[in-house]
Amino acid sequence: MTAPKEKGARLAEICAEHGAFEGPLLPILHAVQAEFGCVDAEAERGIAKALNLSRAEVHGVVSFYHDFRAEPDPRPVVQLCRAEACQARGVEALVGAAEAAAGERVRLATVYCLGLCSVGPSARLGDTLHARLDEAALIALVRSA
Amino acid sequence: MTPKLPGVRISDDALALACGADSVAGEFARLGCTVERVSSWGMHWLEPLVEIDGIGWGPVTVGDVASILKPSPLHGTGVEEKCIGSIAAHPFIEGQQRLTFARAGKTRPLSLGDYAATGGWVGLDRALALPPEQVCAEVTASGLRGRGGAGFPAGIKWQTVHTAPGSKKYIVCNADEGDSGTFADRMLMEGDPFALLEGMAIAAHAVGARQGYIYIRSEYPHAVAKLRAAIDLAAAKLAPFVCEVRIGAGAYVCGEETSLLNGLEGKRGEVRAKPPLPAIEGLFGCPTVVNNVLTLAAVPHILADGGSAEYGALGFARSKGTMPIQIAGNVKHGGLYETAFGVTLRELVYAIGGGTASGRPVKAVQVGGPLGAYLHPDQFDIAFDYEAYTAADALIGHGGIVVFDDTADMGRMARFAMEFCAAESCGKCTPCRIGAVRGVELIDRIRGGGRPVDAVEALPQMHNAAQHGRGKAEEIALLEDLCETMKFGSLCALGGFTPYPVLSALRQWPEDFAA
Repeated sequence: MTAPKEKGARLAEICAEHGAFEGPLLPILHAVQAEFGCVDAEAERGIAKALNLSRAEVHGVVSFYHDFRAEPDPRPVVQLCRAEACQARGVEALVGAAEAAAGERVRLATVYCLGLCSVGPSARLGDTLHARLDEAALIALVRSA
Repeated sequence: MTPKLPGVRISDDALALACGADSVAGEFARLGCTVERVSSWGMHWLEPLVEIDGIGWGPVTVGDVASILKPSPLHGTGVEEKCIGSIAAHPFIEGQQRLTFARAGKTRPLSLGDYAATGGWVGLDRALALPPEQVCAEVTASGLRGRGGAGFPAGIKWQTVHTAPGSKKYIVCNADEGDSGTFADRMLMEGDPFALLEGMAIAAHAVGARQGYIYIRSEYPHAVAKLRAAIDLAAAKLAPFVCEVRIGAGAYVCGEETSLLNGLEGKRGEVRAKPPLPAIEGLFGCPTVVNNVLTLAAVPHILADGGSAEYGALGFARSKGTMPIQIAGNVKHGGLYETAFGVTLRELVYAIGGGTASGRPVKAVQVGGPLGAYLHPDQFDIAFDYEAYTAADALIGHGGIVVFDDTADMGRMARFAMEFCAAESCGKCTPCRIGAVRGVELIDRIRGGGRPVDAVEALPQMHNAAQHGRGKAEEIALLEDLCETMKFGSLCALGGFTPYPVLSALRQWPEDFAA
């Protein structure tokens, strides 16, 4: 765990690591979020300084993409696919049970397509994918998170 | 003496993993078998599919493993029914014309040896011996059209970049496969990553580019890992062309080429107005080829000796070559089916797909992703072809088909299309940004039977406004008008194509819009 006073230094390091990239902002934002769990105001300021951008420009990018978040959320995330193909295979009927199982402990997020459209309903926990979910399997997945 | 255990082949494709391929592979290994991890054959209903000496079993569970290795003389283990015989002779595989997916199921994705042994690098070696103009000309002659959805002739795009002035040029691979019901890009990147890199290197030679980017959505971590490993392995072969993987950040609109370029540049993924075309002013203002994964992966075959003539001879009318069709949703035999253009939806849904997984009647099929039209069973005889679909007010897009059974509520699906557009709009143009929000409200009101006079209209100072609310028919007319505005007024396909699913649902299943 990085101590707060080191954050600025670590931010500068991450920016420097990506300095050779063309268009480095997205890779930097991914790296910052992976390190600190979010891209907050302090991170936006640090990145803006390193890339010679205004903070508004950085914030505009952070807030555009669904993957980036402004506050850390330490809860485990189960991403449930609710796009058309999974809807055709009955995902909507499972959402209530999954939400109940998730409660406050797990963050149940919606994702539009994991590319498993012929074996849905499907979900992702970390980098592990799960397909052919029925209610029992989805509840077990959420509980295991 | 213990009998020699057979070698086992199991896919390590993300879909096979999601179905439990790792634990099945682990069990075979535990019992002493050599396990090779190969690409997926694309018969998804059979995953995890186990292959031993060309014979397949699927879907295999850990509990089936021992009985596959040591068939019981007594029936009742259930594993006999999971045996499909020879995989190559299976009707689902035998009926296909596989060019882009020629290696599917057959090679280890990251084996340079397997790749070279199956015709890899032949197209690149030949292309490098040709002048760039001739490479562009051969791709044009093959009739290859962009597989990402727009269907623009690839050779003409390359020629434009080739002739565009500029000392620096780029190859960008659009691997932001966000359409529901599509997974061909993912399968190709995970199963045959060198084919994509070879296609990009050929494009680089054709237009004079040194640098390439593959922009992959963050929802595909397995494809990212495979491609990064493949780039390292093939770096010497690709040089002086250099390729880099970039990860998106959850924005459907970045599948649109100009949004994707903005994302690569580190900006908001807003669409750019065209012109200028990316072929003239693309990434960082330089001439840029932006092609989809399948387009680039089709190129090595075309450049191999005689490939362009073979490719051009396949297909239907102006839709040349083969299309990897993705059969998904509520379907019994879902998976990847590559065939020449011209196949009908009826064949795809019933003969190949086996009808619905639920066993209920088919109600609708959405073709071409979330922005594609819903087709009614009455329209199932339309040939799979760009022009035929356009004529039917539909699109084939990226070649995904999603089957729905009769429990689907098409009014709800139409509402979802608008909701999705509202959630994913980049916000740059008004028809999409505001139209989609209004579209959701309108569909709700249509399904609610119209709308009463609201509080604002009832204010005394609004005496000039109509004070009669709107009936259902008027609301439907308003939705049609809104769709017209979105279709012709939006900057890109997100707002421009959302009317397809909405209007096709409204026209063919009006009963699902009843109050």
